[in-house]
Amino acid sequence: MEMINLTIDNKPVVVKKGTTVLEAATSIGIHIPTLCYMKLDDLNIENKPGGCRICVVEVKGRRNLAPACCTDAAEGMEISTHTIRAINARRTVMELILSDHPSDCLICAKSGNCDLQDMAHRLGIREIHYKGAQSMYREDTSPAIIREINKCILCRRCEMMCNEVQTVGVLSAINRGFDAVVAPAFEMNLDHSVCTYCGQCVAVCPTGALTEVNNTAAVVRALYDPTKTVVVQTAPAVRAALGEEFGMEAGTLVTGKLVAALRRLGFDYVFDTDFAADLTIMEEGAELLNRLGRHLQGDPDVKLPILTSCCPAWVKFFEHQFPDLKEIPSTARSPQQMFGAIAKSYFAEKLGKKREDLVVVSIMPCLAKKYECGRDEFAVDGNPDVDYAITTRELASLIKISNIKFTSLPNEDFDSPLGESTGAGVIFGTTGGVIEAAVRTAYELYTGKDLPRIDFHELRGMEGIRKATIDFNGLPLNIGIAHGLGNARQLLEEIRAGKSSFHAIEIMSCPGGCIGGGGQPYHHGDADVIKKRQMAIYKEDSNKTIRKSHENPYIKKLYEEFLGKPLGHKAHELLHTQYFDRS
Amino acid sequence: MPRIKLSETAIQTIREVCASFDNQEGELINVLHKCQEKLGYLPAEVQELIAQELNMSIAKVYGVVTFYSFFTMIPKGEFPISICMGTACYVRGAEQVLNEFKRQLKVEVGQTSPDGKFSLSCLRCVGACGLAPVVMVGEKVYGRVSPQQVKQILAEHQEGCMREAKSA
Amino acid sequence: MAEYNTQILICGGTGCKSAESDEIGNVFKDLLNEYGLDDDVQVVVTGCFGFCEKGPIVKMMPDKTFYVHVTPADAEEIIKEHVVKGRQVDRLLYKDPKTKKSVSDSQHMDFYKKQIRIALRNCGFIDPENIDEYIARDGYMALGKCLGEMTPEQVIDEIKKSGLRGRGGGGFPTGLKWEITAKVKGDQKYVVCNADEGDPGAFMDRSILEGDPHSVIESMAINGYCTGATKGLVYIRAEYPLAVARLKTAIKQAREYGLLGTDILGSGFDFDIEIRYGAGAFVCGEETALIHSMEGLRGEPTFKPPFPSESGYLGKPTNVNNVETYANIPVIINKGAEWFASIGTEKSKGTKVFALAGKINNVGLIEVPMGTTLREVIYDIGGGIKGGKKFKAVQTGGPSGGMLTNDFLDTPIDYDNLISAGSMMGSGGMIVMDEDDCMVAIAKFYLEFTLEESCGKCSPCRIGNKRLFEILERITEGKGEEGDIHKLRILSEVIKDTSLCGLGQTSPNPVLSSLSHFMDEYEAHIKDGRCPAGQCKALLKYEVVEEKCTGCTLCFRNCPVGAITGERRSVHYIDQSLCIKCGVCFEKCKFDAIVMV
Repeated sequence: MEMINLTIDNKPVVVKKGTTVLEAATSIGIHIPTLCYMKLDDLNIENKPGGCRICVVEVKGRRNLAPACCTDAAEGMEISTHTIRAINARRTVMELILSDHPSDCLICAKSGNCDLQDMAHRLGIREIHYKGAQSMYREDTSPAIIREINKCILCRRCEMMCNEVQTVGVLSAINRGFDAVVAPAFEMNLDHSVCTYCGQCVAVCPTGALTEVNNTAAVVRALYDPTKTVVVQTAPAVRAALGEEFGMEAGTLVTGKLVAALRRLGFDYVFDTDFAADLTIMEEGAELLNRLGRHLQGDPDVKLPILTSCCPAWVKFFEHQFPDLKEIPSTARSPQQMFGAIAKSYFAEKLGKKREDLVVVSIMPCLAKKYECGRDEFAVDGNPDVDYAITTRELASLIKISNIKFTSLPNEDFDSPLGESTGAGVIFGTTGGVIEAAVRTAYELYTGKDLPRIDFHELRGMEGIRKATIDFNGLPLNIGIAHGLGNARQLLEEIRAGKSSFHAIEIMSCPGGCIGGGGQPYHHGDADVIKKRQMAIYKEDSNKTIRKSHENPYIKKLYEEFLGKPLGHKAHELLHTQYFDRS
Repeated sequence: MPRIKLSETAIQTIREVCASFDNQEGELINVLHKCQEKLGYLPAEVQELIAQELNMSIAKVYGVVTFYSFFTMIPKGEFPISICMGTACYVRGAEQVLNEFKRQLKVEVGQTSPDGKFSLSCLRCVGACGLAPVVMVGEKVYGRVSPQQVKQILAEHQEGCMREAKSA
Repeated sequence: MAEYNTQILICGGTGCKSAESDEIGNVFKDLLNEYGLDDDVQVVVTGCFGFCEKGPIVKMMPDKTFYVHVTPADAEEIIKEHVVKGRQVDRLLYKDPKTKKSVSDSQHMDFYKKQIRIALRNCGFIDPENIDEYIARDGYMALGKCLGEMTPEQVIDEIKKSGLRGRGGGGFPTGLKWEITAKVKGDQKYVVCNADEGDPGAFMDRSILEGDPHSVIESMAINGYCTGATKGLVYIRAEYPLAVARLKTAIKQAREYGLLGTDILGSGFDFDIEIRYGAGAFVCGEETALIHSMEGLRGEPTFKPPFPSESGYLGKPTNVNNVETYANIPVIINKGAEWFASIGTEKSKGTKVFALAGKINNVGLIEVPMGTTLREVIYDIGGGIKGGKKFKAVQTGGPSGGMLTNDFLDTPIDYDNLISAGSMMGSGGMIVMDEDDCMVAIAKFYLEFTLEESCGKCSPCRIGNKRLFEILERITEGKGEEGDIHKLRILSEVIKDTSLCGLGQTSPNPVLSSLSHFMDEYEAHIKDGRCPAGQCKALLKYEVVEEKCTGCTLCFRNCPVGAITGERRSVHYIDQSLCIKCGVCFEKCKFDAIVMV
């Protein structure tokens, strides 16, 4: 490996060839400011257009300033990061960016979480000397995402996520010069486009140009409506991230405090989506075994591999882009929707209430869930199974508004019966978790034997596409895992070409799975945050006494009392769905 | 945006153009050139079909169309007027000529007159600097144009139409 | 080829073509047919003669009579007098502005005297649509020599020794560029000709492609041989239909002659050329943007390194040179590097083609040795300023360049001198300005161009140029503020220092150079509310000189907005609040009773 010697701010540094000036500086504790640049290391995601020009530094012997993010370190280079010239240039460029940006920071949805705001603060901008015309675009509201692109600074992160990582291709830079901005074709509304609402554009937007649709006001109204019983479910990934909103270290599990906070907010029943995740495994696992059994018997009509279907952005993705494959994914509804359907039937019956009197709220790491709960097929006579989906971020905001000191809350337990779950339900929150949960159950149901081990490390990790073969008592079961829709696309292309050898594939739209969801606390370009959340999820799993979905006593009871058996008539009606060709 | 329906022939044309470039994504600009040449402009529906044929996202096609000034989503007038705004023409008074066209036609640059007769655009140096300022109406080049000549240039074409209309 | 006694060369460059040179050619052909002379006299439509001011131009061969401002109606007289009777048509000859005498041979015209034509050697001499005429003037001899007698290293060495530098603007040593691409390993390499001339007021590349397309084809093949590329791409503006058509014809002919294709001249070397079209984006002159555009993408530049020589078109090693650079290559090979290096200055060898335009008597395409002074170009070749006005400045380098004033008239033109003078060589646009041009307005004109052509990718160029433009706009509208000049300076420096590509890095040059040479004009606008050149409308006022006004009502009747009042035979009055400063009254008044103040 060739090594390069250079100095940065007079400090000598030795780096590997191919290291950028920015990385070299970081390695010796010099923190060059960046704005458009973003690198999510383990996820193989990098945005490096060299467009914002905030990271410019002085290089001895060079005519103009160099962007540290794109400039490779070279032998003998002498870099100065804080000369008057570099600082003035950086500040002037920042002023220019701000001169074309609304100054409604105080009431902006991104206030306090805005990279641009932070940068203005860090560079000590107190005045904008160059005022002039500002770009004016219309605001676009969809079921999940709001685009307020007057606030776009053209960092191109969203465009990169939408095209390179997710391969959805809704967003592109359009126009040129001062009119350049990132938008859908013909500047159409997102809800007319093939947007999956995965929310990865929102997750990386450094400003308030892309934010989620905020449903907190509707939730508060429901909470204060005396005629309604308000039931809340919280997704597995939420407990691994919510703490970050209150200054806690990433990866801190806050399950108990989360439950306590929800109770204090006034929810009548605090339940867990993990319960529905266990239910999903019962149905999806049964479906896998059914298809597998028929396949082994030589049934030519059976479609394999089976694909998971708990991710709504993924569902919308294949409905748009692979409608020819819509018979392949499991018909099992997502845990959010299974929960809603059970809450408004089984649980409502238990309470002796009509479904209309129940309001089901879900706390999700996800923006697509907002869209999913509004899909027509998930409503009975116009009454949706899930009334409102709010994100981890929105919940944090609700908690703050409600004067709750989150960090001091005691740990409390979920309510019964829809709050009881297993370790298998928890790991739904990370990439690889759904399929691991499915394997734990399917193995035992298929082989009739106890699993020799519960942790399947071969299914875990952060690689975009992972493959593993699990021995089902002599039957080698080929499993594929993809997170990020671009990776999913690769596996789908293989299926379309008839070249796939998988029996089952798990797909999650967001890099990292739900822990990296578009509704999670902002990671600000730090992939470690996502990794720490993943570790928290596996920790929660290993803390559980019951770790296989089919062993959840409340699930068993639900089938006994209400559903009958997996894939049965009632289960089919409440827990399964169908897909549409949206191409 | 008003939607138009593409005729069967237009659809066929676009498909043929795409096929002639092996439906390669990298040939997008060539495809757009050919389609605009054949159809006169590139409305949304044309771009959608091209995206479909080249198996790429519509946003990318639109991103390219809006990047290059040669591509237009607005149909050109029967007589497209282009005023050269190269420096040579500029210093010899092209701006005054342009303003006079705007005044007479009551349209801005990039627009087409309501009757669809004239569209107004600027271009950068046609390489006839000896004739500056230069105005092109369709293929016809007018050299050393003064604002006073604008009325006459427009009349020339309007009369042409009137005559045709009368004889028809 | 049939032997003709007489050839009638008609300029088919865009300038002359726009002025009916096509029609002239047709009339000639019809008449020759009528007179039964078509076996004896050949009509050849050539590339640009360069002297666009006098177009359409018709040149008679072999006696070299040079007719100017020819119209279709003149054809018959030329045939009757010149062809049949051997008598020159004096009224169509060029008149020397000093001696007022007719000059028939272009070599004796001041416009041509100081020119040396290397890149333009064939323009105006051959039919660009006929490969035989190119070959007859040593065409493809250089390619033959390279393939047959020289190794790629030797060819590169020769180019290096010649001192040829890139003519597209940057001035990078061409031989070195070729060498770098040659040394990079790659299974497929590309050679690209940048013909995306977008500089407003420049038409060098267009003229070469229209007048001598084979010289570019030949050079690209030589370049391919040197670098190991088997594929050439010409990236050309779609707005240049004539150049495109001629290039296509030339490529086809070269293929037919086995000068493109496989096993060229039996050497085992394969090379072919494809055309790619630009679509109206100046930034695509930047090589990374050009490459992205050829790949079907938005023409946004990317950070260098990697340079195209390492990773260019489709990620493969790619050598990009501009048209004029290529046009020099065959001559260097044929006549030798030493000969080429003997022309020019120490660090800038050979010649440079300029598109001379603006307020100058002889608008045209010129080629002069490096080291020629601006004074020679403007006064000797260009024939001085139009209308006897006072010279103010000349802009070289287009929107990336700067203004050169009186002080620089005796500076020898080369890459380095122009840069030290605050401008740059650029691709060769040379716009002359006189006392009527407001330098603030000119700076604004260029900024507006950059603003429209900025790709928008990096913030200093996208927003900074907008702000620069806005400041210039308010100054020209009489709304300049104290401190604006300081802002223009700081902003310009930062945009230069931080922009991603050459477009942004040079876009403030017209502002900076006008600030350093014409500060008084800026100050007059801002402090006195006055435009010294009288060009900025908002700062103008039309007023009636009472003593001269006869009350004829002509102005009153012509004012489009009714801003003029007054009775017949009494002094008229202009209501300044209504006046739109269109200048109609000023033009119409027969008594000089309306003045601009």
